[in-house]
Amino acid sequence: MAEIQNFTMNFGPQHPAAHGVLRLVLEMDGEVITKADPHVGLLHRATEKLAESKPFNQSIGYMDRLDYVSMMCNEHSYVLAIEKLLGIEAPIRAQYIRVMFDEITRILNHLMWLGAHGLDIGAMTMFLYCFREREDLMDCYEAVSGTRMHATYYRPGGVYRDLPEEMPRYKESRFRNKQEVNRLNKTRDGSLLDFIEDFTDRFPACVDEYETLLTDNRIWKQRTVNIGVVSPERAIALGFTGPMLRGSGVEWDLRKKQPYEVYGDLEFDIPVGVSGDCYDRYLVRVEELRQSNRIVRQCVRWLRENPGPVMLDDRKISPPRRSEMKDDMESLIHHFKLFTEGYCVPEGEVYAAVEHPKGEFGIYLVSDGANKPYRVKIRAPGFAHLSAMDEMVRGHMLADVVAVIGTQDIVFGEVDR
Amino acid sequence: MSTRAGQLETRVRDALTDRALSVTVDRGEVTVELPVADLIDCCRILRDEDGLRFDLLNDLCAVDYLMYGDDEWKTSDATTTGFSRSVSRAVNTGSADRRFAIVYHLLSISGNQRLRVKTFAPDGDPPVVPSVVGIWPGANWFEREAFDLFGVLFDGHPDLRRLLTDYGFIGHPFRKDFPLSGNVEVRYDPDKARVVYEPVSIEPRTLVPRVIRDDNRYKDALRNVAGDEGADHG
Repeated sequence: MAEIQNFTMNFGPQHPAAHGVLRLVLEMDGEVITKADPHVGLLHRATEKLAESKPFNQSIGYMDRLDYVSMMCNEHSYVLAIEKLLGIEAPIRAQYIRVMFDEITRILNHLMWLGAHGLDIGAMTMFLYCFREREDLMDCYEAVSGTRMHATYYRPGGVYRDLPEEMPRYKESRFRNKQEVNRLNKTRDGSLLDFIEDFTDRFPACVDEYETLLTDNRIWKQRTVNIGVVSPERAIALGFTGPMLRGSGVEWDLRKKQPYEVYGDLEFDIPVGVSGDCYDRYLVRVEELRQSNRIVRQCVRWLRENPGPVMLDDRKISPPRRSEMKDDMESLIHHFKLFTEGYCVPEGEVYAAVEHPKGEFGIYLVSDGANKPYRVKIRAPGFAHLSAMDEMVRGHMLADVVAVIGTQDIVFGEVDR
Repeated sequence: MSTRAGQLETRVRDALTDRALSVTVDRGEVTVELPVADLIDCCRILRDEDGLRFDLLNDLCAVDYLMYGDDEWKTSDATTTGFSRSVSRAVNTGSADRRFAIVYHLLSISGNQRLRVKTFAPDGDPPVVPSVVGIWPGANWFEREAFDLFGVLFDGHPDLRRLLTDYGFIGHPFRKDFPLSGNVEVRYDPDKARVVYEPVSIEPRTLVPRVIRDDNRYKDALRNVAGDEGADHG
């Protein structure tokens, strides 16, 4: 009889289901996985070291590029860390804007996850549906910051500017006729807040649509139920956070437990799973879509009624207005100093964390009193999740690896940093 | 102090008795510094003791204190000759003994509190600290990362390999004496028909000099925030 040996297989780094540049070395016993060894670092850009060589504000843009599907949440954590070191707090309106965009970002992230996860395990339609709604949210990013993805919108002391009074509109071209343009521009007549409110009116029906396609779908359940089960004790021991932890039934959400910004004043629920498998984590994330929508609505209502400053009026941290610079010497000096040298931050060390769509995203910042951070450590949720990959896929079939990668919501920008 | 951070500080002091080198509260965050020899015992106490129960290791990282407090541009005294204050390469003044710190960020789910544990690796080449994988299995990759980027060895780690850097990488890139632009660059060589490694051709330069200004503007503000934060969540 022929001798049977385990077979080692390379999965990625150029595999469409590897969500970027994951190289998985799988040891197979037939079609069953006996060991998985993820090789990461193909997207390592040494963000932390780069941030140590630049003034504080110049690294905000790097944060966008960590988890590049939930840009503003990354910024948020970094900005909070700086604010904690400086001992300042953003004005209340800026806090509401941040929370609103955090939740818009959460919807963006979960839509991306739902689409890609669906596509990976055989639900092609999801991808198209999710990207339809993502497009509208990307437009919100564009309206407020000028870019669709890497916004660099949050600043220590507030946000870069107030919400715009009008939305960018589509123009007629040889690719879009008048009728099409009118349809697209129908929701863009008012301000950004009108557009977002209109989106939140439409969005629950969209989520219903996704659920119709997946929640009771026999194929979807066969691919996700009882796959990658993690017990609550194990999830805590492995350092899971976010939907990965809640999917296992642990009630833990920083927005509720350690509220930052204005989350304490908002109404929302935290969904938790029961069995800790891929299906429960799917249910948790879909419910989070609905809850985020709820939070965005509350923020829109508040922001409509309460105009005010969105940036701290401290010229040692926030740049002066352009018009002031024209005839005020001191403003000009402040502007010059802020954009050449930056500001010095008191000595000390802080850890600031936010509930990122993927879990707890934290920044550990050490300052020695200079205008550049001494050490920045980015605590990326995906890093802890991916390190448990071996444990989660052991004993499963090869096809389930794809389901587990999907359910971990891995993005290599943040894992490799 | 009656704030939550203050209460946690007392509980940590009581649990670790005299083994902690220091327990401090700063900006509402509690930091405990432990000697390397007692690290494992103390961590086990922090995880298992009632009232502490730090069951989730959030983050583990190394910090290289080699250049701490060094600046490239003197601000304290100006000269009459103008350009004498230009950028100079920072010189290392740190002591080797307290060069590498390993920082653990712990979270207690049941107690809803955070704690930072800090330990300095003893002088040595390479510096060695005990691994905490046996206490928090989630530490596995974090320790691999710290080893890869800082060259700190973790005694007792089951699989201490490089994690983020390239296969065959030489050096530990996040050490402060490792240049930002690295030592080697790669390109495809059409003659040899493979990727070749060459010494890096970029001139290192400083765009914004590192300055440290003695600044007492935030001192009052800081004191207030430290109190508020402590009351919220410490």
